[in-house]
Amino acid sequence: MSTVAHDADEFVAPAEVPEMELYHPKTWLGKYVFSQDAKVIAVQYACTAIAIGLVALAMSMLMRLQLGFPGSFSFIDPSIYLQLVTMHGMIMVIYLLTALFLGGFGNYLIPLMVGARDMVFPYVNMVSFHVYFVAVLVLVASMFVPGGSTGAGWTLYPPQAILPGTPGSDLGIVLMLVSLALFIIGFTMGGLNYVVTVLQARTRGMTLMRMPLTVWGIFMATVLALLAFPALFVSAIMMILDETIGTSFFMPAIVSMGQQLEYAGGSPVLFQHLFWFFGHPEVYIVALPAFGIVSDLLAVHARKAIFGYRMMVWAIIIIGALSFVVWAHHMYVSGMNPYFGFFFATTTLIIAVPTAIKVYNWVLTLWRGNIRLTVPMLFAIGFIFTFINGGLTGLFLGNVTIDLPLSDTMFVVAHFHMVMAVSPVLVVFGAIYHWYPKVTGRMLDDTLGKFHFWVTFLGTYAIYYPMHYLGFLGVPRRYYSIEGIDFIPESAMSLNAGISIAAFIVGAVQLVFFYNMFVSYYRGREAGGNPWEATTLEWQTPDTPPKHGNFGKDLPLVYRWAYDYSVPGAELDYIPQNVPPSRVEKGESVDPDEGKPA
Amino acid sequence: MHVTLLFIAALMAVVAWWLLRQSINTRPWEAHAHYGTSEDFSGRSLPLPDAKLGLFVFLAVIASLFALFISAYTMRMELGDWRPLPDPNLLWFNTGLLVLSSIALQWAHISTGREQVKSARNALFVGGFFALAFMVGQSLAWQQLVEAGYFVHTNPANSFFYLITGLHALHLLGGLVAWGRTMVKLLSGYDIARLRMSVELCAVYWHFLLVIWVILFGLLLST
Repeated sequence: MSTVAHDADEFVAPAEVPEMELYHPKTWLGKYVFSQDAKVIAVQYACTAIAIGLVALAMSMLMRLQLGFPGSFSFIDPSIYLQLVTMHGMIMVIYLLTALFLGGFGNYLIPLMVGARDMVFPYVNMVSFHVYFVAVLVLVASMFVPGGSTGAGWTLYPPQAILPGTPGSDLGIVLMLVSLALFIIGFTMGGLNYVVTVLQARTRGMTLMRMPLTVWGIFMATVLALLAFPALFVSAIMMILDETIGTSFFMPAIVSMGQQLEYAGGSPVLFQHLFWFFGHPEVYIVALPAFGIVSDLLAVHARKAIFGYRMMVWAIIIIGALSFVVWAHHMYVSGMNPYFGFFFATTTLIIAVPTAIKVYNWVLTLWRGNIRLTVPMLFAIGFIFTFINGGLTGLFLGNVTIDLPLSDTMFVVAHFHMVMAVSPVLVVFGAIYHWYPKVTGRMLDDTLGKFHFWVTFLGTYAIYYPMHYLGFLGVPRRYYSIEGIDFIPESAMSLNAGISIAAFIVGAVQLVFFYNMFVSYYRGREAGGNPWEATTLEWQTPDTPPKHGNFGKDLPLVYRWAYDYSVPGAELDYIPQNVPPSRVEKGESVDPDEGKPA
Repeated sequence: MHVTLLFIAALMAVVAWWLLRQSINTRPWEAHAHYGTSEDFSGRSLPLPDAKLGLFVFLAVIASLFALFISAYTMRMELGDWRPLPDPNLLWFNTGLLVLSSIALQWAHISTGREQVKSARNALFVGGFFALAFMVGQSLAWQQLVEAGYFVHTNPANSFFYLITGLHALHLLGGLVAWGRTMVKLLSGYDIARLRMSVELCAVYWHFLLVIWVILFGLLLST
């Protein structure tokens, strides 16, 4: 419930927000390649991430070819299969989702939503993208070196990751680790920008508690990433040394292919601790921006304030803090002390509480809202379903006794794909349908969008629901072939074939999405400045797409939070953040540019 | 992982406490006309220049990095094959150099505050010189160890020694790049008032690396 009026009559002259100097390039190269405009950098990040993500999608299709129809495709041998598994996971988690949410959406939305002209360190921001780009190139290069890319699984566990016999154990793994180190360096540069911009560059009136939840989600995810990525950096450096100069950080004394290697005494479990100290916060690095974005999509398209805004913010903060103390639930099978397992199972179940609060609040936002079933809204609602499903299996796996038999089965694959692959990707799609009009000035086609949604949404259920069942049967993950294993019934094979066919359909439908993006860029309906009638600042820019500097001559002044939808007594069902209370009280237009004192 | 866990827990506690404090007693759903009059409505959350806050955030990242190395060190140390290596006495001398370097940069920071160009220039130069001397000293210490037969891959204690000291030196090298840029600007007659921030940031970074070094050195000595 919003209240409208407070000492509305007097106009108080705003204190100065210091103007930032923007670097205006003159050459094509400076405008589109080495741009210091956060919006251009965002598009660069997004295009690179989506391009490499498409490679990973194609890889998953090849994996499904092998799993669904084993032996029919002779070019997929066991090593290639393992390489596909590894690269698919690594690219999707880090190079697509992390880069897209923080580098893509973060760069585009943070300055616009908080009312800043740009990020506070535009030059560092530009370098950030280019380091990320080089990291992607190194990753791609690792697929073409002798021995190919690493096939150690995306967790890169030693000792097998650097032992002969694992694909890519020479150059492949080294390049993989170098690429990760570069990614982290690049991300740190971007992350400094996101944090400092959110804290220090907001426009007048934009208190922290008036920020849209999208910004909160991206902000907290960045804090997590800044503190968690060093763990991956440390393990990458130590593993590079183990591989190249023969140190024994992680490598125990080991006999490989009949030969005693020179390693001695190292601890593979040490790597697991370091890896998962990064790896678990990574889940929330991907999830928190998705939580934030979906909250905004729901509020805009349900024409209703997000339910429990403060609680949503607290939940984001608490999830962020707790995400650092749950990492060992990925290591129940590593032979840890049972009391450790007890501790980590408890923290894991506790973190479900703030997460559940968020889910309740999303559902309560929909309740009695004036729901517009637009394409972004469909994806947002689809996210809620998928996230609940994936989250519930997370409660299974968080318990040690249930995790032990299910660990390393297809059940785990189904769980994490539901909760941290499909769910965030549905949000990515929703967000693209939602903000594409702002980025390009044109709407995406609605019919194609709905087709894309329904096939993707139902299709992913056809893929992942049966996978839970395969997991209960004990079908192991990462196996090239499950033929000839006694306890696996014939029906599991036909189920696998069915899953593969569903996967091909879902994969193919993504082409419709890209077709839609491409054609709409030229022929889409003109969007205008605020097609969804949203309140947040990015929809109030004088130009669409916004120019460098975002807000024309004067920065907007913010009088209200981001969720003034369907306010009683207001002329329209939304009041932009930069409309003063006096204008609403008199029943005047909510166009923020009208009636502004000169 | 105790060290890291304590460090991150402390850091997250501060972040969470500060953020929660922003949200208690606010009523975000109320609109207000009196922007710009009260402190709450300014766009800045902290009374710090952007560059300085940026540096502090970066220091948190580096601190997290070294906390993780220390965690890995203590966990690896407990395994059976750990044979500690003798710490060269040269490290004490190097520590002295780093302290001098830090003092000189603090002096440069104070001089730029008073707009004394000449003394700022000298102090900045001396600070950089001692930092370079520290790095030379570290490489000599490495040489002594290698000559004594403590190779990087023969024992995990050796590996960690080279890794940690090397990484610390790399961070100092990065600082020297920033130092070099400031030095060039100062020599080419930039307005000293505009260089105040750069010099101050260098000084903060140097003090931070000194603290990190003292902690690492203590760890190396005690194990």
